[in-house]
Amino acid sequence: MIRTHEYDAIVVGGGGAGLMAALHLTRAGGVNAAVLSKLYPTRSHTGTAQGGIGAALGNLEEDHPEWHAFDTVKGSDYLGDQDAIELMCREAVDVVLELEHMGLPFSRTEDGRIAQRRFGGHTHHFGEGPVRRSCYAADRTGHMILQTLYQQCIKNRVAFFDEYQVMDVVIAEGRCAGVVAYGVRDGELHLFRAKAVLFATGGHGRIWSVTSNALSFTGDGPAILYRRGIPLEDMEFFQFHPTGIYKMGILITEGVRGEGGVLLNRYGERFMERYAPTMKDLASRDVVSRSIYLEIREGRGIDGKRYVYLDATHLGRDVVETKLPDIADFCRTYLGIDPATEPIPVQPTAHYAMGGIPTDVDGRVVVDDRGTVVPGLYAAGECACVSVHGANRLGTNSLLDIVVFGRRAGRHMARFCREVDLPPVPRDAAEPVVAEIDRLLHADGDEIPARIRTEMQDTMMDHVGVFREESGLRTAIETIRALKERYRRIRVQDRGRIFNSDLTEAWELGNLLDLAEVTAVSALNRTESRGAHSREDYPTRNDKEWLKHTLAYRTPEGGIELRYKPVTITRFEPKERVY
Amino acid sequence: MKAIFRIQRFDPERDARPHYREYEVDLDPTDRVLDGLNQIKWYQDGSLSYRRSCAHGICGSDAMRINGANALACKVLLRDLGDRITVEPLLGFGIIKDLVVDMEPFFAQYRSILPFLINDEPPPSGRERLQSIEEREAYDDTTKCILCAACTAACPVFWANEEFVGPAAIVNAHRFIFDSRDRGAVERLEILNARMGAFGCRTIYNCTVACPREIQITRAIGEVKKAILYDQAT
Repeated sequence: MIRTHEYDAIVVGGGGAGLMAALHLTRAGGVNAAVLSKLYPTRSHTGTAQGGIGAALGNLEEDHPEWHAFDTVKGSDYLGDQDAIELMCREAVDVVLELEHMGLPFSRTEDGRIAQRRFGGHTHHFGEGPVRRSCYAADRTGHMILQTLYQQCIKNRVAFFDEYQVMDVVIAEGRCAGVVAYGVRDGELHLFRAKAVLFATGGHGRIWSVTSNALSFTGDGPAILYRRGIPLEDMEFFQFHPTGIYKMGILITEGVRGEGGVLLNRYGERFMERYAPTMKDLASRDVVSRSIYLEIREGRGIDGKRYVYLDATHLGRDVVETKLPDIADFCRTYLGIDPATEPIPVQPTAHYAMGGIPTDVDGRVVVDDRGTVVPGLYAAGECACVSVHGANRLGTNSLLDIVVFGRRAGRHMARFCREVDLPPVPRDAAEPVVAEIDRLLHADGDEIPARIRTEMQDTMMDHVGVFREESGLRTAIETIRALKERYRRIRVQDRGRIFNSDLTEAWELGNLLDLAEVTAVSALNRTESRGAHSREDYPTRNDKEWLKHTLAYRTPEGGIELRYKPVTITRFEPKERVY
Repeated sequence: MKAIFRIQRFDPERDARPHYREYEVDLDPTDRVLDGLNQIKWYQDGSLSYRRSCAHGICGSDAMRINGANALACKVLLRDLGDRITVEPLLGFGIIKDLVVDMEPFFAQYRSILPFLINDEPPPSGRERLQSIEEREAYDDTTKCILCAACTAACPVFWANEEFVGPAAIVNAHRFIFDSRDRGAVERLEILNARMGAFGCRTIYNCTVACPREIQITRAIGEVKKAILYDQAT
C-alpha cells in the first residue's frame, strides 16, 4: 500500500535551508507546503555550526558588502560565480536582521547591537587585514539559527513529516512532480505529489573517515538526483576544516582563532606566520589545512604524530567560558582537558561540500551549461552548488548560504506554485523505491555494509583528502568501484518494518558510494590545484584551462561523463592568492 | 578494553514485552557509549535500533538511560562507566522499538508554551532590535536547550502524570519570558499557571542533573514560578 499526499510544495530536509524556504513558502499565504525530514528537524546538522554568520553589518568597525564579496571570491580561489556572490553578500545584511527580528538571540555589543568577530579570510579594504564580520551567538550560532527557524515554523503552522526518508524524486515529462518517501517509524511508503520540490538535504562528509559531519550526512539529495540524470557540480572541492579534534574529527570553531587562538607545532612555533604573513592563523581554511599537513609531513606534528596544537590558553578563562563555552565543554568531555589552561590537539577534518546540485540564485536546478532548468525542481544549502563557495568556502558563509538561498528558493517556489497546476504522476512512480526496499529487505549476501563503508572512508582519506595525485586517485576510483560491486551483495539483518535503521543505513551507503566515486573521478580529471583541491602533481592554479566548473553526469550504463561550464566573473579578475 | 553492553530490546512486531540482551564489545576507554552501540549494530546485530546523528552532544537525538541515568550516548565515555553498561530507553514515553521512544508527546508539550518570539510591534527598519548584554544574559542559559528530553524523562512528576508540561517545555518558555524583545510573557505565564504547569514541579532536581547541556533547569523553573507569583517577567 502506498499512501498518496498532495501539496503545492515539498521541502526535503529540515535544516536551515529547508526551514527558511518553508517559512517563506507559507508566509505569503495560499501555498500548501510540507517539510519531510529523515530526522526531527531540530536534529539537523545546521545546529552544530558554531562560529557565526557573515554579514557586513559594520557594528564594530567599517565594513561593506563589496569587501565581503571580494573575500568570498578570493576565498573561492576565483571559482565562485561572482554574480551570485555579490547578491549573497548584499542580501546578507538584510537576512541577518530578519533572523534577529525573528528572535535569534545573537550575542551583543556594548551598545546592544549584534556582536561580530573576526573569522578566517574576512578582511577590510580588499585584503588589508582582518575585519569583525561574523555575527555570532556565543559558539552555538547554528543551533540558534536552527531553533529560531523551527520556532517560526511552529508559529506559522508549517506541516512536518518527521522521520520520513525521501528515497526518490519523480520527474515526468520534464517536470518535477513529487517525491517518494519511506516512513521510518512504520515502514510505509508515501508518494508526495507536488508542483515544486526543494532538496535541502545537507552534506556528505561521511565519505571520509575523519569528519566533523553527522552520521546522517550521507548526501541523499545529490545522490537521488544524480541517479535521475541531474549532474553534480564541482564535487572535487570538499573542504577540510583545519581544526577537528584529533582522531574524532569533532569541529573546533575557527572562532577560537577569531578570538586570538593560535596554531603551534611541536617546537611551540606559530607556524602560520610562515605560510600566511598577513592573515596568519586567519588565512582561509584550505591554506591552513595544507599548512598543518605540511608541518606534520616535516615531522613537526606534536611528538611527531599527525596533529598540532590549537592554543587558546592566553585568551583567559573569561573569554573561553563566555565566548566559547561549547568548545570548552567538548574539550572537557572528549579530551579531558581544560582549553583555558591546556592546548587542544587538532587535525584537519572533512567538513563541507562546496560542490553539489547545480542551481541558479533562485534555487532552480540547472542541468547544463546553457541554464536549462527542470521546472519545479529546486535545491538549496550544502547539497546545492550555486556556486558561491567555488573551490573553497569561507567560514561563516555556510550559514549565510542556507538562509539567503533558502529564502530565495522559498519565495521563487511560492510564485511558481501559484502559476502552475499539479503535474500528473506516472502510475508506476513509486515502483523503483518499492523494488529498492524489497531488495534491501531481502539482501542476504555475505558483505557487511559497515566494512564497505569503512574501506570507502579510508581510501577517500588516504587518496582524496587534503593532498591528491594521479596514482592515488586512480587507486581510490578502483577501490570504490570494487566496493560498489561488493555493495550489490550486502546483507541487511533487520527484516522488520518498524524503525529499521539497518535498512536505511544500507541505503545511505549506496548514496555515499556514488558520491565518493563522482568526487574521485572529478578530482582526477582536474589537473590543477585550486582551493581545496590540491594536486601534488599539478601544484599551481591553471586559469587558462581550468577556470571552469565541473559537471558530472551519470551515464545510462552507470559510468560518469564529465562536462564543464564557465565561471561567471563580474568585477574581480583572477589574481594570485596570498594571505 | 572489553565491555559488556546489556541493552533493553523491544520489537513490537515480535516481542510481547521488553527484554535484555548482552553484547561483548572491544572498545577504547575514550570511546563513547554511542561508539559501542554502533559497533554492535554494524558488526553483531543489525536489528538494534536507536536514534543518533551529530555524535557530539548537539543534535539531541541519542538521549537514553545509561546505567540508570539519562544521558546522551555520544557524551558519555566508557572510561567513566566501567566494563558493564546497561542501556535502556528513556522512561515515561512509549517505546517504538528498542531505544527509540515516541517523542510526539514531548514535542506537543514544547509547542504548548508558544515557543517562538511574540512581538507584534514592527521591528526597526534597517537595523536589529537593541538588547543590552545584561538583558541578553538573563535568558542565555535556557537558549542552550537541544530538546533531547533527558530532563523531562528524568522527572518523577512527569512519570506519575504525563499531563505535566515537563521541565523542557518550561525551560523553553523561560527562554522567551525573560527575553526583553518578547511580549508574550503574560500569555505564557497563564499557560504555565495551569494545574499541570510550572507548579507541578516539586524541585526534585533530577532534570538539572540529567541535562547534557548543564542548564540550571530547576533554577529556571524557579524563576518562572516567581514570575507567575510576583509578575517579575519583562
